[in-house]
Parts: sequence; structure tokens; C-alpha cells
Amino acid sequence: MSSAHRYLPQSEDERAAMLAAIGAARIEDLFASIPERLRLRRPLDVPGPLAEMDLVAWMADCASANRLPDPGAQFLGAGAYRHFAPALVDHLISRTEFYSSYTPYQPEISQGTLQAVFEYQTLIGQLTGLPVANASMYEGASTLAEAVLMAERVAPRGRVVVSDAVHPEYLQVVRTYVANMGIAVDTFGARPDGSADPLAARRALETRASALVIQHPNFLGCLEDVEGMAAAARQAGAVLMVVVTEPVSLGLLKAPGSQGAGIVLGEGQGLGVPLSYGGPFLGFLAAGDGYMRQMPGRLVGEARDVDGRRGYVLTLATREQHIRRAKATSNICTNEGLCALTAAIFMAALGKRGLMDLARQNHARAAYARERIAAAKACTLPHAAPFFNEFVVRLPIPAEQAVEALAAKGIAAGVPLARYLPERDRDLLVTVTEMNPRPAIDRLAAELGRLA
Amino acid sequence: METRNLRAPERLLFEISRPGRRGFEPPAMDIPEPGRYDLDPRHVRDDIEGFPELSEVDVVRHYTRLSRLNYAIDLGLYPLGSCTMKYNPKVNEKVARLAGFADAHPQLPEAMAQGCLRIMHLLEKALCAICGMDRFTLQPAAGAQGEQTAILMARAYHRDHGRARDVVLIPDSAHGTNPASAHVAGYKVEQIASNDRGCVDLGALRRRVSGDVAVLMLTNPNTLGVFEGEIEEVARALHDKGALLYMDGANLNAFVGQARPGDMGVDVHHLNLHKTFSTPHGGGGPGAGPVGVRKALEPYLPAPMVEADGDRLRLDHDRPKSIGRMRSFSGNFGMFVRAYAFMLAHGPDGLKRMSETAVLNANYIRRRLEGTYHLPYTSPTLHEVVFSDKALEPTGVRTLDVAKRLMDYGFHPPTIYFPLIVKGALMIEPTESESREELDAFCDAMLAIDAEARRDPEMVRTAPHTTPIRRLDETAAARNPVLRWTPETQG
Amino acid sequence: MSKGDGIYPEDLRYTKEHEWLEVRDNVATVGITQYAQAELGDIVYVELPQAGAAIVAGEPFGTVESVKAVSELFAPASGTVAEVNAALAQGPERVNKDPYGEGWMIRITMADASEADTLMTAAQYRRYVEDEAN
Repeated sequence: MSSAHRYLPQSEDERAAMLAAIGAARIEDLFASIPERLRLRRPLDVPGPLAEMDLVAWMADCASANRLPDPGAQFLGAGAYRHFAPALVDHLISRTEFYSSYTPYQPEISQGTLQAVFEYQTLIGQLTGLPVANASMYEGASTLAEAVLMAERVAPRGRVVVSDAVHPEYLQVVRTYVANMGIAVDTFGARPDGSADPLAARRALETRASALVIQHPNFLGCLEDVEGMAAAARQAGAVLMVVVTEPVSLGLLKAPGSQGAGIVLGEGQGLGVPLSYGGPFLGFLAAGDGYMRQMPGRLVGEARDVDGRRGYVLTLATREQHIRRAKATSNICTNEGLCALTAAIFMAALGKRGLMDLARQNHARAAYARERIAAAKACTLPHAAPFFNEFVVRLPIPAEQAVEALAAKGIAAGVPLARYLPERDRDLLVTVTEMNPRPAIDRLAAELGRLA
Repeated sequence: METRNLRAPERLLFEISRPGRRGFEPPAMDIPEPGRYDLDPRHVRDDIEGFPELSEVDVVRHYTRLSRLNYAIDLGLYPLGSCTMKYNPKVNEKVARLAGFADAHPQLPEAMAQGCLRIMHLLEKALCAICGMDRFTLQPAAGAQGEQTAILMARAYHRDHGRARDVVLIPDSAHGTNPASAHVAGYKVEQIASNDRGCVDLGALRRRVSGDVAVLMLTNPNTLGVFEGEIEEVARALHDKGALLYMDGANLNAFVGQARPGDMGVDVHHLNLHKTFSTPHGGGGPGAGPVGVRKALEPYLPAPMVEADGDRLRLDHDRPKSIGRMRSFSGNFGMFVRAYAFMLAHGPDGLKRMSETAVLNANYIRRRLEGTYHLPYTSPTLHEVVFSDKALEPTGVRTLDVAKRLMDYGFHPPTIYFPLIVKGALMIEPTESESREELDAFCDAMLAIDAEARRDPEMVRTAPHTTPIRRLDETAAARNPVLRWTPETQG
Repeated sequence: MSKGDGIYPEDLRYTKEHEWLEVRDNVATVGITQYAQAELGDIVYVELPQAGAAIVAGEPFGTVESVKAVSELFAPASGTVAEVNAALAQGPERVNKDPYGEGWMIRITMADASEADTLMTAAQYRRYVEDEAN
């Protein structure tokens, strides 16, 4: 047999001694319960082993096969947002007590995680303006699907009405999730200014639905008339559900919970979680008190110990799969704990002033970029609605072509809308954050202006 | 007295907050006259009520102190059955943070993301080789989402073959996510009995399988740590009636390199990168739950899949029979890097040795404890062993108390009260990461607690005594849930 | 109270799922027995139907939760919910402290009052519980 491996703490002698203690002749014998016919008698067809130095070299080589433009020259969004996370965030989540610990089922030795999650739940509640937030879900799209299921549990109508300006991937995931649950998903359209149409929402709600779902800012970057939509939902006896894919926007925009939303959910990645090619990300979900017992995912609550000390514990666990099994509010078990911690630390470090300043700066940079691009005359701006840090630009040539041309110059100019909406082949979704310095924005505007 | 900064309870962020403190400045504003762009005030919030105001020092100290209230795998053993709490290699954290990976935006044109696609492609290949399956989707964010994906694919498969089946069979020993996942996929769940060895009752299965059964969800090894020796017969019984065999691969650590699900007649199965392949548990995630399929189910895999065109890799969205999407983007990529690094570090021999050591360690614990703790099933143990508190009945000490007392000995408790088929279950899985000394220390502690239970049961029933906080009143917490800080919160 | 010292009020009827029934005119009051509350431990939440809901004998009509477990409540008789014990929302511990009194759960207007006669008497239920305990 092969010699000891660096992650396996036993020498050959130790193994032999343990086998003797068990009364087994060989390691082989311990697998006697696996039928002989099923036993693999050849090595696995996988590469390795690599010593650590060789592993690092292999990985570095692989990572460098990614040709990433300079971060300042990337104008990509559409569901994932590049923000600067202070060094303390990665430093703190790299503490082994946080990242290598288990789900906090034993609260006496998990107060670090439990208190941090309690704080996270509070912060999300403050940002969204709703009191009950869970400990995290996988990412924004599946969280929307879970929120739809939750709305239907509370008010079973067999139907939800969704703005077609919600991120197309989110809508796809909702359809996959509700496919066999007897819930119809009907969409309604946007106005020419790029925002969802409250009148179209009212018409769609003439048939009973449990929820009206909008995204704010929406997939096209436009702000929605949240209060108008809340009124439409209220009149129809449906809950207004607001999806947020860019959580930094909540540092500038009114809390949807204060504008009549009954459920606010979305993608928390923008709060300091690395882009990491799309995952792990962070689904957040907040709702009014009435949803507490129907909330999927874990919840941390305050408790007292036998000596009267304040502490924290996973609570209302009877909603969950390990107790209610087939009748659970969700099948979710492992969620995105470390990403929730990342976001909490980011929020704590930025604080009230920092997050509001960051959000304002994002909007100012995006507005400047939009103005500069329009001024270059080759492009137009199809949507007049207000925006946060994303907006659509209409190009004189197909957007895919433009993106390729600019990529060759080291610029990731934006996301061609045709990737999701095939008929909009000249439209480009441009996202600007605090990570895009003015010279890079000016260069983008100049390059887009040169297209013809 | 509890020593401030070293051992005292930690206040909440909101209690440390002081008006006017800040911990962050955004970068210099190089846009001229930014005030010109201010949004109409009707969209704009004038405050984030209650949001903390802290200096960077406040934040760093707060979370550093909080972290010290946690147990972690780098401190010692977590004998949690079915969780596979193994060592998280540090180099994996390093390579996942390489800028080329960590900074890669998921909307990058594919030509710019070939390195990421290569990781996904190679991980899929390796998983296929390890598991004997034909394709793997990496999309599911966790095991439960993987189970759900698998059941949705089974449904699509049956529908495509003109069969409307509405029942999923699940053994009574299964993890709660199994019935929950089947339910959210729109199926009726029916329990199938276990035999006296703790395995699926083949006779009962043969009698039950008929035209309304879509899938049997089987955990192998099962939640007692016992290999389902009749799995091929189980597969045959299902296939004969056109039903599918799904394997819950949470316990894959027991037989990597020794056997492969694809050879057992399994049609579809999930596994957990945060179990078998060492990605860190993070205090509750992130994880990843890839799902492997045999060819028959390949058309139904979620889109996109990574495909190779010569030496170019691309994301293939053109999958007309796919069940659709389970989540945005392609999956928990950061965990793929870590898991693949783990595989590369081990190689084929290392992976085989990994499962051998896991099984050796579990059997060692069984041998040391079986004379003292009640062993409800005597079938051969693979990577985890289940005891119960039956032998402690005369003392009034229960499984919960043993678990709490273990913390005073410096160990995280095993999984308790699961599987449900064992009353007072103590499910112990050491994994391959534990040395003999750590195993002995754990067994010594368990034996000592048994002795304590007989000598001084009250002390055990009021444990833990030495942890930062003692037993919490979970009843009061559930009766009057307080799920966030408000200004009225008491210290 | 522990499981051993049983309390089995004579004027009530009992089900195999450990519910009790008290009939006055055509209205039945329903709750869970002292044995059931002892088995469940500290009750944290009781989920009950709305007034006006239809109740079918043998079918679940709600749930009772402790910290770590959920149990369904099974209807001892058929009818319509006339009244729900609102005090349980804030004070579920009433079910533990006084399962036959303040811990009552719902009142049903019975479809067929004679259904009560098919249930166990106190003596029969006591025997049933003692058999289960062994």
C-alpha cells in the first residue's frame, strides 16, 4: 500500500496497531460488507497526487488561463456586483473558528456563529425594512423561488404575478421550482421608460394571486414604482414581493419594507462576497412577522442559559426538514453561513455612513458614465426611468460584436441583453461601481462613441 | 468573574455602536460635481435606522472575540455522523483566493473564463471517474438542492417516457432532506421499512414497487453506517418496474476508491463537496451538491453544462429536455476549486487510503465503546457507527446529556437523535483526519461519562459546566421568538 | 406530572392518538391528554384551524410543537369548528399545565353526537396507556 499522506495522521505502524486492536487482519477485511462483485480492483482514473508546491503551481496556471481585464475596466453586473471589500473582511472570515466550524446545532460551543448570524438577521432587517430575516439561503434566484412557495403557503391561490423585468435567470429558477406544485407564474410587461407598469400589474392581478413580484432596481437597471405596486398588490389582496439583486442599492434607496413590500429578498453577494465566477453567493430573505412560522431556512433567536446569561440558539426548528421532513417549509439544510458572515462583517465595517456614501458614489459614477456615453452620440439611452448603478445603452452595432471588440482592448464593456432577451441585440447593460475610476469610464465612453 | 476580552460574553454590534464612528471611506471621488446626479429624494432613504456606527478596530475586535466562542475542526474532533467533518486543507483556501478565480465575474465572456471552465470540466470528469457515472451537474448549491435536482430529473425522465408516476419511496432511516426534497418536487412520499440489519427490506420493496413508484431514495452506506449489500437486487427490483434508483451520497467517504455507485445500478445520485471532498463547513455553508447521472438521465440535467469543443470550453445552454435552472449562474465555483485541489492532492491512491482510514477509525471507536454503550445494530460498520443511550436508562442520563457533557471534555458531540429508527441515537463518524490519540481521547471521554452517569447523574444532566455559555432555555426561545436586536433589547 | 401518574377524568372520552373529547349538548371540546403533553415535553406552539373550518374524524386538524418535535392533532369527531382557544397563541404552556382545563384546543359543533360513544372510556384509555408504556 502507499505511504502515509500529509492529511492522514497515521503511520503504517499505527494502522497495524489499530487493526490489531480491532481484531482485523487487513484493512481489506473492513470492507467485507461490500459485495466482491462491486469492489473496485483498479485505481481510480483521476490525476494526482500532487505535493503542495506542485498543486499551487497547477492552480496558478489554471487561474491565469482566465484573461481578466483590469477590475477598473470591467462594467459587468446583471446579477453579480463588484465592490471593494476592506481587508478586514477576508481576514476575519479566514479565522478557522468561523470557517471550519459546523452548523451551530450545539449552541454552547457555537455562540460565535450564532451571535454573528443574529446580528446578520438584524442588519438585513434594517436594510430591507422588515422584521424577520433568515440566516441565509443559497443565492438570489432560488430564494425567490422559496419566497414564492412561502407566499403560496400563507395564501394559497395557485398563482403569482411577476414583472418581466425580473432577472431572467430568477424567473427560470422559479419556473423549475414550482413546475410540479400547481402554481401558475404569469408575467406582466414594462413601460417604455424601462420600469414595470403598475397598470399592467393591476390588470394581471384581476385574477387572484398570492403575490406580486417586482425587482428593484430591475434587470434593466431601472427603479420601480414600489409604492404604486404596493397599492396594486394591496387592492388585490396579494403580498408585494421585492427582489433586490444589488444590495448596495439599499444604502441609497428607500427600504422596500417601508414602501409597502411584505417580502424583500435577493442576492447578498454585493455585500463583500467575492465574485468567484458565480458562487458561493448569498440569498437573503426578509418578511413581516406574519411569515415567521412559514419562513424557510434557519432562524437564530435570543435565549437565556441556566445562569441567566444572554445567548443565541437556532430556533423554530420545527419548520425545518430534520423535524418536519416531508412537510417542512423547505428542504434546505446547509445554506451559505460563511457568506452571511462575510456580508455581516462588510455591513458592520461600512456601517451606516459608509454604506450610504458607497451607494451614493455608485449612483454618481453610473450617472456620469451614462451621461458621457450619451454625449458621444453614437449610442442612445432607451430607458428614461431613474436607475442606481446599471443602465442600458443602445449601440449602433450588435452588442456582442461591440463587447468582443472592446474585450480585445482590455475592456469588459457590459452584458449584451441578447444573452437573455434575443430580440434586444443592440442593447448593452452597463454597470458602474466605485471600482471604476473616472479615466476608465471616460475610456469606455470614448470607445463606445467610436462604434459605428 | 469572566475575563474581559478573553472569555467574557460579547455585546452586540448595535450595543457597541456609537454615533459618528466610521470604519470605512469609499475611494476618492474623481467625478466632477457628483451632486448633479442626486436622485429625486422620493426614492432616497435618509437613514438606515439602527444600522451600526463602528470603527474598524471595533469591528475587528468584536468578530475576533466572537470567533473564540466557537469550536472548530482545527481545534479537535467533530464526531458528527453523516457530516464527514474532516480536515479543511489550508492550501485550498489559498488557491480559491487566486485573483484569477476569486475575481472572475460570472458574466465574463467565455473566452475570458477558460480557467474557471477548466476547473468545472476537470472536476466533472474526476467525479464521473470516482463515482462511475456518465455526467455530473455542478449547479446544486448543497446536498438538499442536489436531491431536489435529482428528483426533478427523475420526473422529467418518466414524463418523457409517457409515465405519470407520483410516489417516491424513502426508508425510515433517511435524512430529513430526502422526504422534504421529494415533497418540493411535487411527489407523494411513502416510507419503506428497514430489516433487522438496518438495511432496506428487499421483500417489502419488491411487494411495493409498482407502476406508481418513480424513485427509491437510498442512502448508501445507510445512516447506520452499514453498506446496503443488496443494492444490486434493489436496483433490479426497481428497474423491472421502470422505476429509478437514487442514491443519497452523503456517506460517500465510506467507499471512495473501493466501489462506485455507477456499478451498483444507481441511476442518479448526489454527493456533498463539503463532506467527502473537504470544503469547509463555514458554520452552516456554503457547500455544493453535485449530481451524477447515467446516460439515460443526461438529457434532463440542468442547463448550462460545460462542453469541450476541441481545446475550447463553453457553457452549453441548448438543452431542450433540461429540467431548467436550479439557481443563478453555474454553481458554487469557489467550492469546486477547493474540492478539485483536494482530489489532486490525494490522487487515486490517496483517495482510496482516505476511505480506508475513515473506516478503520470508525471501527476502532466501535471496538472501544461497544462493551459500554448499547449498539442497536451489529452489522459491519463502515465509516460511522450508531450507539444508543439504552444502557444508561437506570441512571436517568440520556443521549442529550452525554452530548452536553462531552463538551466539557473538549469535544463537539456526535450527531444525536438521528437516525430516527434508533431511540436515543448517538451517531459517530470520526473521518480519516483523526489520529489514534484523538480517537482514544474521545473514547476515554465517552467511557468516563458513562461512569459519571452511574456515579453522579445529576452532574451529567446539568452539563456542560465549562463552556462559554451553559444550557439555553430553548423552550422560552421558541415560545417568544426574538429574532433580531431592537433598541429595547436587554443585555 | 410524569407519564406514570396518570390522570384520566371520568367524564371524558379518549382516542388512540391521545386526544380527549368532552360533549355538552351538541358541542365537543377537544384537547390532548396529560399523557400526551408529558410525552411531548414543553409545548412551544399550537397550530389550530379557524372557526368555521370543517373537521373530519380521524383526520389531522392541527399540530402541536415542542422544541424538537411536531405532532399532528387528530380529530376525535366530525363537525365544524365553533371556537378556538385563542389563549394558546401566547400561552402554549397551558397545555402542559392544565391539559383538560385551560389547555383545551377547539370546540366543535358535532355532525353526529353519537360518534363520542365509539371512543374509549377513561378506564379503557388508562389500560391503553399502560400497555403502551410497557
